[in-house]
Amino acid sequence: MLKVPHVTSYLTEHFAEDAFGTLAGYEKKGGYAAARKALTEMAPGDVIELVKASGLQGRGGAGFNTGLKWSFMPADSDVPKYLVCNADESEPGSFKDRILLERSPHQLLEGILIAAYAVGACTTFIYIRGEYSFPADQVERAVAEAYDQGHLGPNVLGSGFRHDVVVHRGAGAYICGEETGLLESLEGKKGQPRKKPPFPAQVGAFGMPTTVNNVETFCHVPYIVNRGAEWFRGFGTEASPGTTLFGVSGHVVKPGLFELPLGTPLSEIVFEHAGGIAGGRKVKGVIPGGMSMPILPAGQLDVPMANESLRERGTMLGTGGIMVMDETTCMVRVGCVISYFFRDESCGQCTQCREGTGWLNKIMNRIERGAGQSEDLGVLLDIAAKMEGQTICAFADAAAWPVQGLLRHFRADFEEHVRLGRCPFTASFEL
Amino acid sequence: MISTGTRSKIEAEMERYPQKRGALLPALYLVQAEHGYVSSDTVRELAEIMGLHPVEVMEVVTFYNLFFDRPQPRHHASVCTNLPCSLRGARVLLAQLEEHVGSKVGEPTDDGRLVLGHEECLGACAFAPMMRVDDAYHEDLDLEHAKSILDALE
Repeated sequence: MLKVPHVTSYLTEHFAEDAFGTLAGYEKKGGYAAARKALTEMAPGDVIELVKASGLQGRGGAGFNTGLKWSFMPADSDVPKYLVCNADESEPGSFKDRILLERSPHQLLEGILIAAYAVGACTTFIYIRGEYSFPADQVERAVAEAYDQGHLGPNVLGSGFRHDVVVHRGAGAYICGEETGLLESLEGKKGQPRKKPPFPAQVGAFGMPTTVNNVETFCHVPYIVNRGAEWFRGFGTEASPGTTLFGVSGHVVKPGLFELPLGTPLSEIVFEHAGGIAGGRKVKGVIPGGMSMPILPAGQLDVPMANESLRERGTMLGTGGIMVMDETTCMVRVGCVISYFFRDESCGQCTQCREGTGWLNKIMNRIERGAGQSEDLGVLLDIAAKMEGQTICAFADAAAWPVQGLLRHFRADFEEHVRLGRCPFTASFEL
Repeated sequence: MISTGTRSKIEAEMERYPQKRGALLPALYLVQAEHGYVSSDTVRELAEIMGLHPVEVMEVVTFYNLFFDRPQPRHHASVCTNLPCSLRGARVLLAQLEEHVGSKVGEPTDDGRLVLGHEECLGACAFAPMMRVDDAYHEDLDLEHAKSILDALE
């Protein structure tokens, strides 16, 4: 049983049944029919066009059109091409990929097979974060079952297509979720992101053309192949079709995993599906898409959870990890926790990030303990501005945005700390 | 010394990757499973097996949180203290556990049984607070439950 409150649609429909995690149980629910159809009845280019037409956006944070990403892979190539499944889920507030790995490893493998066929990849590397021991065990078991039944190997599902899958365990580094940091790590190096171009579709894993997609992204693919692009577009908004998995955590009555159409209002997710704020308190702020995404204040929770509408509010969907904070919460403490995380996880490659994340954290801590100066607020914004867009990868942006969001919407909390010389939020969560 | 059994497992891992260096993370897991940590002698030995410079192995050992370059206590118990868990009392829990085991975060207990730690997000945000003990997750914790898990470690 999935042990948290949840709402299901197609992706998580059978998640209450343990058997869905086995090959036999998955096939009983129609599993691998989409892979059979794609591999035997469709040309690779048709699969790419179908996924492009569905409007599926990557579910790993950036929201890029998946079919378009696939089309960047060279169609004719005399070198091996690789596919990588990014299962390095580490964005604070996100746990959807873990649930997908644990509950439906074959759904993932079927999506991988279809994608591999579409881009002509001979091997997929599933990069799973090292801490996800149990999820990785489930995937390894599923891969073994798939080889055993001929769903992987030299003649996938009798179609003549050859495909191999290697499960690769990471070893504890947030930056390996960045796709080129992941590729470095896969090659046995430190996970320091690469300069782009060249993009992975030209020079990816082991120097070969490579496509990297998130776990959830792959999982949508079999349904698109079975039911069509129009069906998929029946969920969500025009620009952001389909459902997605919203993980809700923090000060709510029912933290959980909710599969809902993109564009569902944030207030509906927080107050209906997650049961509202615990203890009858009021909401103060909500981070809508994992910790890298700027916070929204209580007055803006009417926003539809899709990138086009969240961008208008100065934030993004990210990984759909929704963190809810009630009225007792000290937003400077929130800033301390967030800035510590980025300071801890910066790979150290770019000066702006290595130094900037450290200073953001030091100044946040100083303000929280009552030693902040009134200039500190401006210094925080100045540092954030000098990190954003200045580095090899988006990590520095991800460290800068939450600080900007906190100061945009909760500046009064910071000013109050400086004015009083102490933290006024005595009922806030403990640091 | 890396045993012959582990050595042959490492060689098998090297076959699974287009370039043998790809097997470095799996190889380090194998070495660590055998020795409990990765010593500088082991780094040199592994580099030899994989055709790498020792520094190429060592920089990977020190980059990643799950590899250790010195002997470790028998168990690691880490409470997630990232935002979703902190909002649900993780830091209070961790402080109480420090008191319970009589050792601060990062300082192994005198008998070498256990070290408490804190972790960044472990992907259990709806099950907070939680801790990872060795490879296993323990979720929706309260103090009594967490204490009993730690007490049961040998």
